[in-house]
Parts: sequence; structure tokens; C-alpha cells
Amino acid sequence: MCNVTVVLPGALLPLFPGCPRRIELTASTVAEAMAALEARFPGMRDRLCDSRPAIRRHINVFVAGERANLRTKLPPGAEMFVMTAVSGG
Amino acid sequence: MAEPKILLLVGTRKGVFIASSDATRDDWRLAGPFCETWPINHVIADPATGIIYAGGGNAWFGPAVWKSTDLGASWTHSSAGLAYAEGETPINTVWSLAAGHGAIYAGVEPAGLFRSDDQGASWTQVDGLRRHPSRPDWQPGGAGLILHGILTHPDDPDQLWVMISAVGVFHSADGGVTWETRNRGCRADFLPEPTPEFGQCVHCVAMAAGRPERLYQQSHTGMYRSEDGGRNWVSIEAGLPSSFGFPAAAHPRDPDTVFLLPLNGDSVGRFVPDAAAAVWRSRDAGKTWTDLRAGLPQRDAYFGVLRQAMATDPSTPAGVYFGTSGGALYGSADEGDHWIRIAEHLPSITSVETLIV
Repeated sequence: MCNVTVVLPGALLPLFPGCPRRIELTASTVAEAMAALEARFPGMRDRLCDSRPAIRRHINVFVAGERANLRTKLPPGAEMFVMTAVSGG
Repeated sequence: MAEPKILLLVGTRKGVFIASSDATRDDWRLAGPFCETWPINHVIADPATGIIYAGGGNAWFGPAVWKSTDLGASWTHSSAGLAYAEGETPINTVWSLAAGHGAIYAGVEPAGLFRSDDQGASWTQVDGLRRHPSRPDWQPGGAGLILHGILTHPDDPDQLWVMISAVGVFHSADGGVTWETRNRGCRADFLPEPTPEFGQCVHCVAMAAGRPERLYQQSHTGMYRSEDGGRNWVSIEAGLPSSFGFPAAAHPRDPDTVFLLPLNGDSVGRFVPDAAAAVWRSRDAGKTWTDLRAGLPQRDAYFGVLRQAMATDPSTPAGVYFGTSGGALYGSADEGDHWIRIAEHLPSITSVETLIV
């Protein structure tokens, strides 16, 4: 387990009042980061992941510039960017 | 005591709006958009608590039921438990809500039914429905495999009806453990066997006031009435301009009065017939129909009205309301005889319900 920084999409923040854009947490995989987000902000994992389980189809997670999935490892000091895809009308 | 207010709870493709008026119902104020402009398919109020619930789904963030305990001033959301098992196709969106006997029900896409006993904080699947033997043969309709209608029984908490697009009507007498199809008499003209046990494309079912065994149905292929809780249906479409439409709304007190809004057909735009809007009212349980047009656009009207987008209020005389695909909201304070436009330029309207506070 190591400290990582998660950067959340702006559109998510109004759904969780008080939630900052950047969050420091301890996790060694994307799945663990999602669990840590859920512990801090109950319901957040459902907004970012579905029940397959997988990252939602129109949510993109990047670690070290690469598109990640729930199994992707987070190296010490990693930044995990959670982004909303360009979609909708 | 304060004068009662009428609230119209309006679901749209981009959030929830709430229109409010005093009892005259001729001076409306609009509030919104709420729910972070999420696509919302249905907004209801539980009359027992005054809590407002809004069901929908966001392309990024998935399905949720939003909740307001202060008539829309503030909202929270939850989807705790609102999920199928790992490996199944995930839920896209919440389509329909209903309140009854202390429970809140949510119908979702892909079709399934969920129940909350803690005012929307958490949800449990009513999984008997998806164990019905017909389940492997459910085929999606044009809007997907959606559970788009839920009726509770006014007296019996164990009775439920649900409506699934291109599958039909189901009834449970044991709180959702077991279900039976209730489609006899409804046509499925789009199938090789026109009167199957299931596969009918039900669009909307409304329960007659004070007479829960009487149901009115607008389907893809006609308008029907049942006198036995949906076991048997008879056509009531003679006198209507079309067999196609989406919504049906029951009068709040008179079980013989029902409102429909027929559209021109399923392959010609699904507009109001002849580009002239009318609500059609029957005062005799569907034997005869009257078109109600005063105040509604009578030329160049190319809109539709979706299945959950027409409602009545319990005032005397009853109010009738509908919202259009073009984002206009119309209302009548005299059971449909005269209409005003309450709002225009809203996002496409998916649902209209009423609440008196």
C-alpha cells in the first residue's frame, strides 16, 4: 500500500458536497483506490464503477499516462486521473 | 392554515423541474433544473411523506434515485443496492418509480424491479420478476428492455403490477415473489402470433380511482380496459383518432373517467394527429371519447407525449397536465375543457406527476 493522488472529474464533485478535486489516499491498485474513495464518500464507487465490476463505460482512468482498469497497479506517488469521456448531447 | 399549493414534478432529459401554483392553477412558477441536469425518466412524490424521488441515469455516472425532503430545495442521490449480480449486464438507468405502503419501487433498464424500505437510501432487487419463466425470451423494445411502469394496490401491500416494454403486464399477489403475465386480449400485431401470453408492447397502465380491479391501458397497438386486474383486456379504442399513443391518466375520483393522448402512429413520426394537439377524455370507461383542444396548439404541432408525461391532480375539478417531447408543459384546471401553456422551452419532457402541499 502506498500514498497516491487521485484527481477527480469536475462533474463528479457536485454529487458529493465537500469533495475536493485532488485526494490523497493509500492504495496499490485502481480497485483499492475506488474502495478508499467509497470509504471517504459513500456512493462514489457506484458513480465511477458498474456491477460487472468495471470502470464505467464513459469514465476513463489514467495512471502514468496510460488508460487503466480496476486491476492496474498504482506505484508509490502515482497520480490517478479520473476523467469523464466526451459524450452526450 | 396556508392555502394548498399544487406542484408539478417534471422529469426531463436534462434534470428535474418543479412548477408550482396556488389552487387556481393559473399562475405557475418554475424552479429547476435540479439533479445536476441528469437525464431523469420519472419524478414522483410519496404522498404519505411528501418526499420527492427522481429516477434516472447519467451517461458518465450511471443510474441513481435522487431524493428531496424539502420539496426540491436540496437533493441527495443513492444507488446503493441498485445493481444486478456481477457478470450480468449492468443497470443503465432508472425508468419508473412508485410509492405505496411505506415502500418505494424502482423499475430499471435492463428490466428489473427494486424496492427500498428506507426512503430511497438503499435498494433490494425484487428478484422474483427476473426468475419468471418468460425471462429468457424478453426482447427489448425501441427504448430498450425497460421496466417503465409500476402500480401498487391501494389496500393490499402484496399486490403489484409492472409493465415492461415489448414484454407486457405482470402481476404479483405475494409482494413480488411470484408473478403472472396479464396480457390476455391485448394484441401484439408486430409478432407472428398476435395474441401471445407475453410480448405485447404495453406503453402505460393507469388504475381507476377507488376501483383497483379496473385498469386502463395504452399500448403500442391499441387502448384497452380490464375489469379484473389485467387478467382480461377489451379494446376501448373505437372513437379515437389512432390506436397508438403513450400515456394514460386516470381521474382522481371517478373510475369511469380516463384521459389519453393518442399519437398519429408508430411509423409516421409519433406526433399528435394532423399536427393538432388534443387530449381525449372518456366519461364512460372508454365507451365514448371527447377530444379536448381549447388552448392547445391546433396547427404545426409536431410533438409527442411520452408514457409517464401525463397526470391528474386530486383537486375539484381535477387538473390534467402533460409535457411534450418539445419541452412544453400544458395544464387544465377543469378536467381538460380548457388548457394553458405552463412552460415552454424546457428540455424534452419524460414525466409529469402532481403533489398537493
